[in-house]
Amino acid sequence: MLTAHWLYGLSGCLIMALGLRAVLLNDSLLQRIIALNVMGTGVFMILITIAYRGPDATPDPIPHALVLTGIVVAVSATALALTLIRRLTEEQDSD
Amino acid sequence: MIDILIWLVALPLAGALAALLLPRYATAIVISTAIATSISAAALLYAVATHGVMLYEIGGWPAGLGIALRADGLAALLLTMSALVLLASSIYAGAYFRENLLRSRFWPLWLLLWTALNALLLSGDLFNLYVTLELLGLSAVALASLAGKTAAMQAALRYLLVGLLGSMLFLAGVTLIYAGYGTLDMATLSRVVAAGPIAWSALALMTVGLLLKTALFPLHFWLPPAHASAPAPVSAVLSALVVKATFYLVMRLWLDIFSEVVIPQVASLLGILGAAAVLWGSWQALRAERLKLLAAYSTVAQLGYLFLFFPLLQALPAGAARDAAMGGLVILALSHGLAKSGLFLAIGIIQQRSGHDTIRDLDGTAQRLPATTFAIALSGTALIGLPPSGAFLGKWHLLSAAFSAGQWLWIIVIMIGTLLAAAYTFRVLGHAFGQQPYPRHPVTIAIEEWPALILTAFATIGLGLAGAPVWQLLKVSL
Repeated sequence: MLTAHWLYGLSGCLIMALGLRAVLLNDSLLQRIIALNVMGTGVFMILITIAYRGPDATPDPIPHALVLTGIVVAVSATALALTLIRRLTEEQDSD
Repeated sequence: MIDILIWLVALPLAGALAALLLPRYATAIVISTAIATSISAAALLYAVATHGVMLYEIGGWPAGLGIALRADGLAALLLTMSALVLLASSIYAGAYFRENLLRSRFWPLWLLLWTALNALLLSGDLFNLYVTLELLGLSAVALASLAGKTAAMQAALRYLLVGLLGSMLFLAGVTLIYAGYGTLDMATLSRVVAAGPIAWSALALMTVGLLLKTALFPLHFWLPPAHASAPAPVSAVLSALVVKATFYLVMRLWLDIFSEVVIPQVASLLGILGAAAVLWGSWQALRAERLKLLAAYSTVAQLGYLFLFFPLLQALPAGAARDAAMGGLVILALSHGLAKSGLFLAIGIIQQRSGHDTIRDLDGTAQRLPATTFAIALSGTALIGLPPSGAFLGKWHLLSAAFSAGQWLWIIVIMIGTLLAAAYTFRVLGHAFGQQPYPRHPVTIAIEEWPALILTAFATIGLGLAGAPVWQLLKVSL
């Protein structure tokens, strides 16, 4: 069980690092927004791993609550970013 | 008395909803909300001064599981300064957007920003800080994009991306903290944090995220376009308060929670970045062609001064000298908040009256808008740090801390920065005077000109002559 736990946590770290790399190195706005979401998923995976307290114990509910809140925040932020990108493209098309 | 804490978050939030639902009465709703919130902020400041740290557990759930609101001297001071800036800017914005259809979209976001700011300053828990950081960032971006021009939208998008990246790094740090210590309550953490890889990497992640949002050199690239292309009242609040809120968190982390863990060399690195920000920001402000860009680069420089305090506070042993320097840091931050918001409001008036803010073509502004030009001069006094401004006291303590810690490098940086600030202020004032006769009454457009005058007068005269309570209040800490 310990190995599965670690595998999950380390994948979270890896996903976060890949997301961060894509945010920093990409030029396209849309790709960067998606990369930020990927990075967020990595952080959420790490949080879920932290909640694990052993095969027989109930998981810690606080990290789960944090992930739920984090998802809501990420969805709103993505919505705002997409709206801005769309308005910007409309603006550039009309010019 | 303790209920003040919840009012400070609930009032602007309720006001935002009311302004959204009743757009016709939005201006009246916002002004009355602004007055009520400012009164609550003043009451909180008084309560903290007389009763000490204030604590409120929402719904009766204790910290750790529930949401705790806390206010100590530092939080109360910043909250009151923000209230003053937001109240004055609200009155100004009422006139600024008088005949503008954007008004109905502007007001709810404005109050949401205030809600997020107050919640951030009062939060006693790292995860709530993440949520309030995001709320503050999102409302700030939406406000910055309001001007609707392509340049403003591009700047707002970049601002959003930087902000999201910053808060994601902050959240990663918060995750490490929870993994390592099993709590996110800041008061508990400051007791249990121990030097080691977990504390260091968590602090590094959170600090980089916050520095990105605070626009510390070389992470400042997004600030000048975002602050210079937003509507004037928004620029005022972005430059004076939003970057201060993330700076406040850096202060909390470095000087409070992690103060035992911090490695001196890393504190020196913050100081060096601050020094680079002072020099680069002031130089760019001197070279700017537009007033708003000048004000935005001056913000980069002024934030740099605040970071110069970190290596000094790290080096000084706990005691009178360190307390004095800490007060200097806070009064410099307060003074900049008031002066810079006043400056942006004054620039807004010039921009609306003459249709541009090109520094070279300001000729005659002193005659057309004497009160506004005076506000710019007052603001310049605080940005340079001339007596009797609050910034003078701040820089005085910065210099004496540098002397007593024997760190001479900072003194040279402060001197060059001050000279450059004087140069960019006098460059604006030099262009503003023309040959026309002066009008009989200096204040030509009352409602619009007073907020800038009052804010800058507070920064120069108010904080300078009555700054002593700041040091008293800072002794009230968690």
